[in-house]
Amino acid sequence: MKILIPIYLIAVVFSSVFLFQDSELKESMKRGREIYTDFCVTCHLQKGEGVAYTFPPLARSDYLMNEKRESIKAIKYGLQGEITVNGITYNSAMADLGLEDEEVADVMNYISNSWGNTSDSIVTEKEVASIQK
Amino acid sequence: MLSLYLFVITLNLSCAQDFENKVITPENVPFMAELFIDELQIPWGFAFLPDSSVLITEKSGELIHFSNGKKLIIGNTPEVYQRGQGGLLDVKLHPNYGENGWLYLSYTSEEGDAKGGNTAIMRAKLKDNALVENQLLYKAGPNTTKGQHFGSRITFDREGYLYFSVGDRGARDDNPQDVTRDCGKIYRLMDDGSVPKDNPFVGKDGAKTAIYSYGHRNPQGLITHPGTGEIWDHEHGPRGGDEINIIKKGANFGWPLITYGINYSGTRITEKKEMEGMEQPLHYWVPSIAPSGMAFVTSNKYTDWKGSLLVGSLAFQYLERLVMDGTKVISREKLMEGEGRVRDVREGPDGLIYVAIEGKGIYKLVPKND
Repeated sequence: MKILIPIYLIAVVFSSVFLFQDSELKESMKRGREIYTDFCVTCHLQKGEGVAYTFPPLARSDYLMNEKRESIKAIKYGLQGEITVNGITYNSAMADLGLEDEEVADVMNYISNSWGNTSDSIVTEKEVASIQK
Repeated sequence: MLSLYLFVITLNLSCAQDFENKVITPENVPFMAELFIDELQIPWGFAFLPDSSVLITEKSGELIHFSNGKKLIIGNTPEVYQRGQGGLLDVKLHPNYGENGWLYLSYTSEEGDAKGGNTAIMRAKLKDNALVENQLLYKAGPNTTKGQHFGSRITFDREGYLYFSVGDRGARDDNPQDVTRDCGKIYRLMDDGSVPKDNPFVGKDGAKTAIYSYGHRNPQGLITHPGTGEIWDHEHGPRGGDEINIIKKGANFGWPLITYGINYSGTRITEKKEMEGMEQPLHYWVPSIAPSGMAFVTSNKYTDWKGSLLVGSLAFQYLERLVMDGTKVISREKLMEGEGRVRDVREGPDGLIYVAIEGKGIYKLVPKND
């Protein structure tokens, strides 16, 4: 019994942290969805499918999943030059969108957890702020 | 077989336009595309000065003067609200630029109390590589942090009236159909920014009197027809339903009550494509090409191109040539495929066509000798 109580307490603390993170993520994704509809959907399309050779996909995108820092940077400052996504090379430009750090975090959370994408860690405003050009 | 034939005929007759979605890629084109001004990011608009040098707006906020092969950054340009589709947008010279030196710019401005920005029109003169005598002529309101639909193309008609577009700013249910609100409109002003007395909503209670026509979504093409002097626009539809319209005084172009497009999500905005008292487009594109920039060919430099309408495609990254018979689109051609997002197209004082492509620069279409 003595050992069960701490285990129980630890479990409660863990799950509440988990639940808190979960609802935090949901809220962030909700705001991110709005940003997505405003700023991203015209090129990357409704289900993040993009247009092959023109606008890279976000759905099941190896670049988005593996290059988290570069992805945040692209949303924050725009993107120039060649990138390879799911084996296809893209070389057009994405404009600087003028988003605030919190908005970058929100849209990043939305695209990283939609259309078959999943991410283990939530992107925070602080993390976005720390990434420089 | 006969009934199928009749069915096809009836189907054809019932369509508003004959060449829906049919665009061809010609085997031979009467030009070679030569990169004329390189290393531009998003050249949103450009204009030729009397000495044939070029003024270019970069969306990021820089106004560039390209002269004798060199780029100079012009000083004292307006502070731009850099967000989404906003920035430093169009540039247009006064029809009597040679005498008065006025140049007109559209850009997104934070001017005003509310957070965010909206489309502004200003004029200024160019002196010693800087703008002088800057005058704000119009600032649409209210400010919003929405990132889309600033419109912003500028043209002058033959009588010297100034026209410009402002998109719906992402508030389609609030703005385009309400003439007491800005956005989703084409505006007409005197060249000094004052409102012409015979503007259609002058005297109407609460109306924004600079408005000339309404019910627009996001016009990023606005030109004066070289033959008739009419104002033509093209505008982005949602998913499908980009349009070419001839602008009429006080007219309602229907957005969002009628459209040939649907939401990005695939859901319907409205079932209606037409309604009493609302204008029909001269042409519509399904799927959307995302049109930007617009020019008529008036020179004889390119075989049979004279009278054609050129339109840039952002989405499919090509230059479209629409062969016109008056107000009817006869056929459509894809040119410069795969070069990049075509942001603007103009006919230069030399009668040649110049095409601004994002991430590349401005191309000159050098005619091929037959």
